[in-house]
Amino acid sequence: MSALLTLDGLSVRLPPGADRTHALSDVSLSLQPNEILCIVGESGSGKSMTANAVMRLLPTGVVIDQGRIVFGDRDLASLGEEDMRQVRGAGIAMIFQEPMTALNPLRTIGDQIGEMFRIHTQLSEAETAGRVLELLAEVRIPDPKLTIRAYPHELSGGQRQRAMIAMALALDPKVLIADEPTTALDVTTQAQILALIRDLQARKGTGVMFVTHDFGVVAEIADRVAVMQQGKVVEIGTTHEVLRRPQHHYTRQLIGAVPQLKAPPPRSISSQTILSIEDVSKTYRTGGFLGRGARVTHAVRDVSLKLPKGGTLGIVGESGSGKSTLARCIVRLIEPEKGVIRLEDTNLLSLAGEDLRRTRSRVQMVFQDPFGSLNPRRKAGDLVAQGPMIHGASRSEAVARARELFALVGLDPASTDRFPHEFSGGQRQRIGLARALALQPEVLVADEPVSALDVSVQAQVLTLLADLRTRLGLSLVFITHDLRVAAQICDLVAVMKDGVVVESGPIAQVFEHPQHAYTQALLGSIPGRSFALNQGD
Amino acid sequence: MNLLRAYCRSPSAVAGLLLLVLVVMMAASAGWLFPRDPLALAGRPLVWPGDNPRFYLGTDNSGRDIAAQIFHGARISLLIGVVATSIAIVIGVVIGAVSGYYGGWVDTALMRVTEAFQTLPNFLLLLVLVAVFGSNLMTVTIAIGVVSWPAPARLTRAEFLSLRNREFVQACRTLGMKDRQIIFREILPNALPPVIVYASVVMAVAILLESALAFLRLSDPNVASWGNLIGLGRDVLRIQWYVSAIPGLAILLTVLAVSLVGQGLNDALNPRLKGR
Repeated sequence: MSALLTLDGLSVRLPPGADRTHALSDVSLSLQPNEILCIVGESGSGKSMTANAVMRLLPTGVVIDQGRIVFGDRDLASLGEEDMRQVRGAGIAMIFQEPMTALNPLRTIGDQIGEMFRIHTQLSEAETAGRVLELLAEVRIPDPKLTIRAYPHELSGGQRQRAMIAMALALDPKVLIADEPTTALDVTTQAQILALIRDLQARKGTGVMFVTHDFGVVAEIADRVAVMQQGKVVEIGTTHEVLRRPQHHYTRQLIGAVPQLKAPPPRSISSQTILSIEDVSKTYRTGGFLGRGARVTHAVRDVSLKLPKGGTLGIVGESGSGKSTLARCIVRLIEPEKGVIRLEDTNLLSLAGEDLRRTRSRVQMVFQDPFGSLNPRRKAGDLVAQGPMIHGASRSEAVARARELFALVGLDPASTDRFPHEFSGGQRQRIGLARALALQPEVLVADEPVSALDVSVQAQVLTLLADLRTRLGLSLVFITHDLRVAAQICDLVAVMKDGVVVESGPIAQVFEHPQHAYTQALLGSIPGRSFALNQGD
Repeated sequence: MNLLRAYCRSPSAVAGLLLLVLVVMMAASAGWLFPRDPLALAGRPLVWPGDNPRFYLGTDNSGRDIAAQIFHGARISLLIGVVATSIAIVIGVVIGAVSGYYGGWVDTALMRVTEAFQTLPNFLLLLVLVAVFGSNLMTVTIAIGVVSWPAPARLTRAEFLSLRNREFVQACRTLGMKDRQIIFREILPNALPPVIVYASVVMAVAILLESALAFLRLSDPNVASWGNLIGLGRDVLRIQWYVSAIPGLAILLTVLAVSLVGQGLNDALNPRLKGR
């Protein structure tokens, strides 16, 4: 069978001053009809650049300087802009990571899907409307007739991604390029979208080039896999070959870093409780006048949990489940309206003013975003030294302490006078950790601390956290949406949905014998579940 | 250093900077080139530029040297520009920062006050202030500063609104930092670049406001300002037009210089425009 799309020695040059000369060097791949080829790699590996190069949607200053992209009988690398326009959408379609930004917020879904027909075909308005309806039904959007008239913000993330897929498949393209289409979605939605893509692809015989960073997704959906590193394809083969018998050491390293779903053997945990959360509730009210017609959202509802001394409590849930709100209530960034949060004998919620400021040092937080959580205008060392200085240490003491902490979290103490942007994502997360540890807290609240990191860096940071936890006797509250990550580090786990804890208990028990239907659904949706369970056996 | 390099990439920004340096040099050398009082009688009135080599820019209707007034006027214009702008920016930044950081009723109250100032045409307000407090150099400068703060305040508030929920600010709160420290030492440096750029607009407007006041003879008559000279020239505008035109040109070039510098700073400070 002849390939649908062939990349032949493709090189893409970056503008001078970038961290390497070529985004892609000598990439050769081929996509067969009726197959899903996953391109997998860490950030900066050039996987998205490959997808964009095929569509010729490269940023200014980035050019294809070598090689061919053969699609049918044409070389896309040298095609004129006008001819390229004919190929996009009709021949090769693309779906993106964030459907909210890929859709025009001011136009209805039906209008935007219909656009495909208006640009590329001569169909009448009525025929177009009919086709749009068919497409929406095909991607299994509930109530297609209503959706046609809906605006993007009125749909959920999963529905938006379905609409994007409908748009991409409108003209029956031979090739579909999907650039991390499920990364921004919750795990249960992700499972549905993956099933949908698989199903549509098989029915229409489309060739799909699927870009992802997640080996679970690869295991779930791919026929063949290409592993990229630093702009080069280091390994390519069938999914089974690559996942079970990886040849290249980089592939082995990546697969080794994928967190397993199996919880490590339980640690012995103290029976003493350090932090207890009792009946905490937080509601948000929006709109309305003097309480009338207001919309009330129960972000956290009557949550009670206990964190044993030295233990790690995982709070897992999908977006909107209230897990981050709960974390922020514990560190008093958000004021819950009801409940008690007790740190040993102190009720944190009853503190105010100077008492509160002093007690803050006992509970510290590590944030999700390694870019946003460090003030870009302060040196890394200052960021860490700030805390002790606020609580009365002299400058020289605090700076010395910062250098010790840098060593503790695995950073070079000499790098204290560099600015945050000079560090990588993983290093920045280590700075955030050092800042939190500088106050010698008893409880550390970590809000998705590894979610923004590549899988290999993720593994390193998790190991560091686990190591520090035992060395410093820390008690940890660990918020995450990723059950595989939770399985790595938590002793206890609480599953949250719509502000309520639906199930909690020791992690092995909850993951192996989930009682609540939602926990079962969550566990069942983990991409590449069998792979995550069996690898390493 | 990077900022300087980014700034120098734009030729118009460099031209603006050179012009501004020229005006500053005029102001600095005024006392040395024209040691006499610029408002003292120097020769026959209304000498055309070039007619008498002693007065190469001519004399005005009272026989005062226009060149001397232009050089000394540069001092006044720059003084008013810098001081009034500083006043406006300080008031604006404090109000905007407090308003944006705390939100809620503090924000509502402060923003209503700001709107009250904005709905009045600021020149009208300036006239009222000058009429009430008199028109010497100090009151005029302060009055200009006081009518110019609302725009920087709104700008600062907008920056604070987007920065206050960033994780680094939350991190400072969990460390137990005091609000004052968070506002002025953590958030403000991040919010400042657009405000600095806007300061150039405020400065250009401040210079123009003083000229407009002087044109109406409401500015301090005892200093040699460009506006005063334009106001004087009004009486002889049809024949000896140069009396108004020369200081007019000086104002034009200064405002242009300040605007170009502001534009250049904007391009240099805005990372999104890099590499264009």
